[in-house]
This record gives sequence, structure tokens and C-alpha cells, in this order.
Amino acid sequence: MMKEHIIIGFISRLLIPFIQLYALYVIAHGDLGPGGGFQGGVIFAASIVLYAIVFGMDEGRKRFSQKLSDILSPIGVFIYGGIGLLCILAGGAYLQYGKLPLGSLKLASHLGIYGIEIGVGITVAAVMMTIFFETARRKND
Amino acid sequence: MIDFILLFFLVVCAIAAIRMKDLLSAIMLLSAYSLIMAVVWTRLNAVDVAFTEASVGAGITTVLLIAALSRTQRGEEDGKGSEGGKQKPADRMTKSEIQKAHIITRHSIISLIIVLITGAVLVYGTIDMPNYGDPNAPVNLHVAPRYIKGSYEESGVINMVTAILANYRGYDTLGETTVIFTSGICVILLLRKKIV
Repeated sequence: MMKEHIIIGFISRLLIPFIQLYALYVIAHGDLGPGGGFQGGVIFAASIVLYAIVFGMDEGRKRFSQKLSDILSPIGVFIYGGIGLLCILAGGAYLQYGKLPLGSLKLASHLGIYGIEIGVGITVAAVMMTIFFETARRKND
Repeated sequence: MIDFILLFFLVVCAIAAIRMKDLLSAIMLLSAYSLIMAVVWTRLNAVDVAFTEASVGAGITTVLLIAALSRTQRGEEDGKGSEGGKQKPADRMTKSEIQKAHIITRHSIISLIIVLITGAVLVYGTIDMPNYGDPNAPVNLHVAPRYIKGSYEESGVINMVTAILANYRGYDTLGETTVIFTSGICVILLLRKKIV
């Protein structure tokens, strides 16, 4: 789409890794500051969307294939639900992270929350990309 | 002072987005609206909400709306007989057109009155509301003290908002994630050309 614009291509090539790194930072630091899985996932999806807008839809799909996003979107929900089931297996209620056998209550709860934030991030990123790629019109249709 | 400026621009953006005929500009105005709203949230010390507003409202929603726009046309269709549409000079109107215009004017007067009454009632309702940040407001007396006192001890995370979202309201967040997943499935089912 904008492949011929050297400046846009160069700047987005330069920025996209940092945007993705920031997205991972936001997911990983949702427990310490503002942010979390939802926001981080959206930012990650935005980086791929930027790539697709600058270099074309098919090029974007090459970087993040349809199959990959289709697989990742349920995986995030599975991680979330799976952690809840693990809590039951560990003897607590559903999603009672404190019962996970990971040391003290605080640490277990912290790690459980960490896990579900990652799950939310994966699902949100994959679904946002899916919605973008399916909604935007390609050249050939 | 800065709050008034921000809220003023918020209203300007909202009205401009409604009046705009060019849909791409309307989307951009909505994006600006979300960004200003994010600043307002930050002013209210709700950084998590501000972050979400900036990334979701101003970021991905804009992109998704533009993607949806790429499947349709850019301009809004001229609503026939609408207020904004071009009106013929009065002497060249037929009788039925004049009648129609009268009905439209009457309808818009009725809507204006309804809107004014609703707005007045809402403003009247705010008089009874507690001051912003009042520690004795009912909303701050129910579960908030427990979250503030115990969220770190009970959940182990420093960010209270994350503690509430992921721990106390874990089912809600699971439901939200499922909703997003479902929306992705629906988009695939509706729009994908070839389902493998």
C-alpha cells in the first residue's frame, strides 16, 4: 500500500520492534503499574496493523499468519481457564490463585495473576489482528 | 481550568464528529475525542482507565473503524429531507415538500424540548451527588476500604486495579476475554472468504 514511501517504511521498520517491546512490557508490568494484558495485547496488535498498513496486507499476513492468530486466540482463553482449573486441582476455588503450590500466598497469587494477564494479552492481540485482517479490504476483492 | 478546556474540546470533538459528512474525518475526530478523554482520566488519577482509553479507544478502534470504512464508501449519503441536506428555495418547493419540511421542523422542536428536559433532569440529579473524591461518599464506604487495606496482602500485586480485575473480579475478566474471543470467531465466520 505505502511500500513506495521510503520515509514511512523506514520509520515504521524502526518503530515496530520498540512498539512490540513496549507491548510486552505493558503485559509484564500490569501488576506493578498501569496496564495489563488487555492494553498490552492491543498495543501488540497495533504494531502488526501498522506493518500491514505500511507494507501491504499480504506482507503483514506473512509476518503473522492467519493460522497463528487462529491458534493463539483460543490459547489465551485456555491459559486463563486452565489456571482456574489448576487452582481447583490445588485445593482452592476456581481462580483462587493463592492456593497454587508456588510458595507463599502472595507469591502464588502474584504468579497466578501474571499468568492470566499473559493469557488475556495473547487472546486480545490475536483477536484484534484477526478482526483487522478480516475487515480491511484486499486488492483482489 | 485545564479541566474546563479539556471538556470543552471534548464537546467540540463530539459535535464535529456528528456533523462531519466525511466519515474518515469523523473517525479521526473520534480518535481525538478518545485521546482527550484519556487525558481527562489521567487528570482524575485513573491511569489504568486512561491507558485503556488511549490504546483501545484512540488506537485500535480507530484502525478497526478505518478497516471497516475500506469496505464501504467514504462519504455519508445525503439523507433526503434531513436538516443538513441541501434545501431547495422555498418558492420552488411543491406543496408536499413544504408540508414535509414543516413536519421535520416540528419534530426537531419536539426533540429539542425532550433533550432539554432530559438534560435538566440529569443536571438536577448531579446536585445530590457527593463531591468528587469525598471519602464519605457511599461508593467509597462499601468494598473500597477492604481493597485499599487488603489487596496487597490478599493478592500479592501492588497495582490495586490489577488486583481487583484479576483477583476479586476474576470471573468478570474471564468473561471479558471470552467475549473478545467470541467476537473474533464471529468475525471469522462472517467475513472470511474461505474457512479451511
